[in-house]
Amino acid sequence: MDISPFFFYLFGGLAILFSLFVVLKKSPVASAFSLVLVFFSFAAIYAVLGAHLIAALQVLVYAGAIMVLFIFVIMLLNQDVPSFDIARTHVVIRAVAVVATVALFGAFVWVFKNSALPAARGGFSASAIEMAGGNTVVVSELMFNQYILPFEVTSILLLAAMVGAVAIAKRQKSSAEVLREAAANQRKQAGRAAVGGAK
Amino acid sequence: MNQVEPWVVLSFCAAIFFIGLTGLLVRRNILVVMMCIELMLNAVNLTFVTFSKQLEHMGGQMAVFFVITVAAAEGAVGLGLVIALYRTLRTVDTDDIRLLRD
Repeated sequence: MDISPFFFYLFGGLAILFSLFVVLKKSPVASAFSLVLVFFSFAAIYAVLGAHLIAALQVLVYAGAIMVLFIFVIMLLNQDVPSFDIARTHVVIRAVAVVATVALFGAFVWVFKNSALPAARGGFSASAIEMAGGNTVVVSELMFNQYILPFEVTSILLLAAMVGAVAIAKRQKSSAEVLREAAANQRKQAGRAAVGGAK
Repeated sequence: MNQVEPWVVLSFCAAIFFIGLTGLLVRRNILVVMMCIELMLNAVNLTFVTFSKQLEHMGGQMAVFFVITVAAAEGAVGLGLVIALYRTLRTVDTDDIRLLRD
């Protein structure tokens, strides 16, 4: 592929290093900030691969919105307690997990290295994209022509997620509070009836 | 070495994916578990973009767009669940969440 090896290996190395930090750092805040750096490295790799719109979305949505939400929740819960408890797992299970992960990763690499091109090439070569006006123009045109239905369904999904998140995270009244409020309402109504009777 | 083969990029994606999977299984803090899920989603996104580049087809990049949207929705709902869970149990440790077992 015609991509810059220097930038790919630079940002790829950074991404692997910081994703290891995400898993191995004891404090959740340290994990969150390592994850921000992983997202920025990924954005750089997207740009190296020529996916400029995706790179911008990565920075805006992942590094901007999602990580702010994560850090907000960490600070809100104030649960910055270390929790890297690999010792809680049995040693046999640990060994099996390591072997299984390495074997599966090896299988992936083997498949990627030895498989032929998985499908026929489409018409969007680098020069064709350049001719059509760049990556952003091409992706936007596809998004609002061929992929318009999924795009609109996405807006419904986001609305549902927003309503769901508010409904789940909202403080629910306990049953004692509900009873107390009902009693207060009854007293108020009784009082009003008494005042009306006096008149 | 002035050319990056596609399988190197794809293997890099797989490496990030397995780092995320390991974290998902190893960590006990539910917030870090969610971060590892985001890491795995990102690895899959990069695989999509790599195939999009390799096959000269834009479907991969469109898929990444939708995965990013779903990930944003998942993050919002998931963190809402974490807050609700913390309010009920006063913990974010996954070993202490066993309401259905007790």
